[in-house]
Amino acid sequence: MILRETLSRAGGLDGLFLSDLREKRDLAGIVFGETDASVSQELAGKRVLLAVGGQMAAARAMLALDGLVARLALVPPGLAPEHVARIAADSEAEIVVCDAEGLPEGDLPGLPRIDIEAAAKASAETGRETEWALATSGTTGAPKLVAHTLDGLAGGINTSAAPEPGTVWSTFYDIRRYGGLQVFLRAMLAPASLVLSDRHEPVRDYLIRAGERQVTHILGTPSHWRLALMSNALTKLAPRYVRLSGEIADQTVLDLLRAAFPEARMAHAYASTEGGVGFTVEDGREGFPASLIGARSGIEIAVRDDALYVRSGRTGRRYLGSAPEPLMAEDGFVDTGDLVERRGERFHFLGRRSGVINVGGAKVQPEEVEAVVNLHASVSMSRVRARPNPILGAVVEAEVVLRAGTDAADPAALKKAIIAHCRPRLSGHKVPASVRFVDDLPLTSGGKLVRRMP
Amino acid sequence: MSLRSTVHAEIAAVAAEQEKRMPPITDGLVMLETEFDSLCFALLVARMEDLTGADPFSEMEADDLPVTVGDLVALYDRAAARKAA
Repeated sequence: MILRETLSRAGGLDGLFLSDLREKRDLAGIVFGETDASVSQELAGKRVLLAVGGQMAAARAMLALDGLVARLALVPPGLAPEHVARIAADSEAEIVVCDAEGLPEGDLPGLPRIDIEAAAKASAETGRETEWALATSGTTGAPKLVAHTLDGLAGGINTSAAPEPGTVWSTFYDIRRYGGLQVFLRAMLAPASLVLSDRHEPVRDYLIRAGERQVTHILGTPSHWRLALMSNALTKLAPRYVRLSGEIADQTVLDLLRAAFPEARMAHAYASTEGGVGFTVEDGREGFPASLIGARSGIEIAVRDDALYVRSGRTGRRYLGSAPEPLMAEDGFVDTGDLVERRGERFHFLGRRSGVINVGGAKVQPEEVEAVVNLHASVSMSRVRARPNPILGAVVEAEVVLRAGTDAADPAALKKAIIAHCRPRLSGHKVPASVRFVDDLPLTSGGKLVRRMP
Repeated sequence: MSLRSTVHAEIAAVAAEQEKRMPPITDGLVMLETEFDSLCFALLVARMEDLTGADPFSEMEADDLPVTVGDLVALYDRAAARKAA
């Protein structure tokens, strides 16, 4: 499958559009726009890094380059320059498609550049399969790059059904992240119109804009939705389909969305950059039915040692990089690292096996926070865990064992001091929201902190 | 300290720690129209739970969703009343 080819074959592009906060473009104009053979030649068969600022530029580049380049590595917005450099290295990029906002002058010296306006005129003569490389939402250090095929990325999308008339997709996500890319592909393969978000745009403004564009199908994380639910602009939105993914959807957020949009179809999807789209739950209840375990068409879900495993054509193919760890086991199953527990006929998500905390979609590695907490003079050791939070799903909490002889006459002040110590050393979502003093912390027989929730 | 002044004080404290500039905090202030972002909100809710023992957000209905600071005060007021009952 090749994006532009599929779109031009689909026809019926009249009236369809792609819009962001600055502009609105006809989809037909993008698909059948001016082409430039010399640019196509320059990019054909190359490993390309896509480092542009806005999502409109990213969308146009994806449509122009899929089927032409050998590999398309997507740089999500807001990454530190060293992480962009890591993605360039891991994807073995030969050329970068960029604009001034996505890649400042002087960054990635030595890598040839093509401006997005030129690259958007590229077009495949005869299509080849482009490998897509997506960044995981990083924990510590650089994000990992996961290789996908377009067919795998689109594997969870029903491309045979004609879209409901008037469908307009949108997502709070960026389309260079796995969740957002799913929405981009759903729109492009339908085909349907798409409203792009912008990371600098306040939630309220985005909701108003989505309402004005008559968005009917919309995806966000539970945290995106919790925030949107507290905006009086939510009433501008009249979606027919509301989708959640990227975090555990709890019953509260599902109930609130149901109440806000009583007529809408509602689904929470289980998906990840590595594991692809696992399944979608539409009964409005948290967790998922035990009947999803086992093999269905195109996908097999298993629970091993209380963790969820996925085997399907939709999972990533492998990690990229100089010394990549294997993405899947020899039997083809991808270990998602997500712990589940069966309660009756339903499985519920317990969090990450590694203890990674998901603060509104941003991942926090507990060890990184513990290392900082432990630097405080009064701290003997610490354990950092998720504390459930109704706004962001979780915030960071530190359990602290104080050094012998510490003066803890004023525990509230000492807790504040430990948090204040962390603030200049960690980014905002990693700083503990609260500190609890404990007498000791449980260790495994191997001497490691026990991280699993009781 | 009254619940209202606690909520106002904690909003101001979280905003200061997160280096957000806030207009004067009044009951009529619409929180999402300020720099008070979702992380600030999450921290505020965690602190209010520590201070009051109540987390009205986890048992909230759609009509309760707070838009203004005053809505938020009312939400904690109702939670306190439920606890006392």
